[in-house]
Amino acid sequence: MPSLPMVANLPKGPHYGALAEFATPHELYVACEKVRDAGYTRWDAHTPFPVHGLDRAMGMRRSPMPFIVLGMALIGAAGGFALQYWVHSIEYPLTISGKPTFAWPAYVPITFELGILFGALGAVFGMFGLNQLPMHWHPLFNSSPFEKVTDDRFFISIESWDPKFDAERTRQFLQGLGSRRVELVASE
Amino acid sequence: MSHIPATTLRPEQVTLPARHLLARLPVIGLVLAIAGLGLGLSLRAANPRAFAFAWLNAYLFGLTLALGSMFFILIQHATQAGWSVAVRRIAEAVAGAMPIFAVLFLPVLFGMGDLFPWARPEAANEPLMKWKAPYLNTQFFLVRAAVYFVVWSGLAIYYARASRSQDQGGAGTAPSLSMRRFAPPAILLLAITQTFASIDWAMSLSPTWYSTVFGVYFFAGSFVGFFGLLALLVIPLERGPLHGIVTIEHLHDVGKHLFAFTCFWAYIGFCQFFLIWYGNIPEETAFYQARLHGGWRAVSALLAVGHFIVPFFYLMGRTVKRKPRLLAIGAVWVLLMHLLDIAWIVLPGSHPEGLRIGLLEIAAYLAVIGSFLAAVGWNLRRQALVPVGDPRLRESLAFEIS
Repeated sequence: MPSLPMVANLPKGPHYGALAEFATPHELYVACEKVRDAGYTRWDAHTPFPVHGLDRAMGMRRSPMPFIVLGMALIGAAGGFALQYWVHSIEYPLTISGKPTFAWPAYVPITFELGILFGALGAVFGMFGLNQLPMHWHPLFNSSPFEKVTDDRFFISIESWDPKFDAERTRQFLQGLGSRRVELVASE
Repeated sequence: MSHIPATTLRPEQVTLPARHLLARLPVIGLVLAIAGLGLGLSLRAANPRAFAFAWLNAYLFGLTLALGSMFFILIQHATQAGWSVAVRRIAEAVAGAMPIFAVLFLPVLFGMGDLFPWARPEAANEPLMKWKAPYLNTQFFLVRAAVYFVVWSGLAIYYARASRSQDQGGAGTAPSLSMRRFAPPAILLLAITQTFASIDWAMSLSPTWYSTVFGVYFFAGSFVGFFGLLALLVIPLERGPLHGIVTIEHLHDVGKHLFAFTCFWAYIGFCQFFLIWYGNIPEETAFYQARLHGGWRAVSALLAVGHFIVPFFYLMGRTVKRKPRLLAIGAVWVLLMHLLDIAWIVLPGSHPEGLRIGLLEIAAYLAVIGSFLAAVGWNLRRQALVPVGDPRLRESLAFEIS
């Protein structure tokens, strides 16, 4: 594993995969359900805007993000509390406002803020990690029709290392889903 | 990409069947209220002071739920919320119980001398209370209470009527527009009256004590309690007469509000405690002095754990909010904690040694909650359960959390 992937770890082959273009979110949605039901596992959908319910049409599992955020938040909160306890009660006890050295209510704001900070860091970097970001280049950029994915076109890409992938049969399958154009995208 | 139901709803499709549990609330509530009132009045002679505290305790529990529902309705209109239309009528039914709280306030008036030290003749000789007398005096107290009830009942009745006026069709979007335009000033009105009511009826139980965030704390408790009640009313409807109209998606959002406002309550509750604890000024610490020593210490700890930590972790996950049975457990728990929160505010006045829920307290709960539920049930029965003429109903029916 490279530390910062320029591109996802791709098995080398002549093709990155098959790319099918659709004109409307509805066509894409229906096609995604069929790709899911055909048993493909290494594939993705690309849209210019979020399409409601697409994750279900694609049969995606729930993201582990909530647990990453919760775990990080708890670590942050525990760390914040422990830091203050160590400073105020062990390493450098000072009497402040006549409070006991272990004055836990005074620790709560920092405990809370560090919980929030770590939770937020977990959310940002967890998202980066799960999406393999930053990724500066991707084989799909080899396709010039794909440029319209940020404008008004909808795409499904099936990767060539999907166990069910077969260049010819997958192309025909995608064409059968009503795609207006299917192409095989080069991997380099 | 969701299926939007093409057909529009008619009011008669969304009425409460006579055999439904919620349709029996008026009878059940009335029986409980009469039993509670009879028991309470028979016990009052022996200890009128304890009766006054028990009544105020139960009264504030019920009132805060009704106030929370009013706030909810106003926020939905002010923000033009789409998701909540399918459950808004239920909040309107809860808010519609507001006028009965003006009647239920009578025992508080009769017990003023027992409840509020400033209402006693000897208050004139107390240096601190003498300074507060221009605000804390019986006449002004009565005027303010009258203003609160006029504002609250007026808002509840106006919003319920305007919403109902759309049910038969024909009214168009005009009522929705005026409800929306009036919502922001109405929120201000409600916030100000509710804050002053919390000062009058809860904070002035110890008139030399003050906390500037008390009104917000009171609101936080009222809002979280209301979402507990809303969940408990919506769940039997989702599984019964409103199946397919009120969905798991709506329940999920109600659960999110329940979760969010337990956090808000804890945030405000801790802020209030923290600043007073840090400042350590005797006239501010008296409130916590009474609640962090003796029997109330355990109740304070239970509130911190039970009103925040337990629901925080219980309601955090997605599954609990989408399983009606699990959400109902959370809602009951939060409501019980709200009940404890009000008792923690009110009851140290009559039971400084610790929490004691005796016959008097139970009688007052039965009387207030019984009348409240009877009114809510009656409101649910006499109108459609969904504002079928609301222009955003379609959006609400199609609502999905992805």
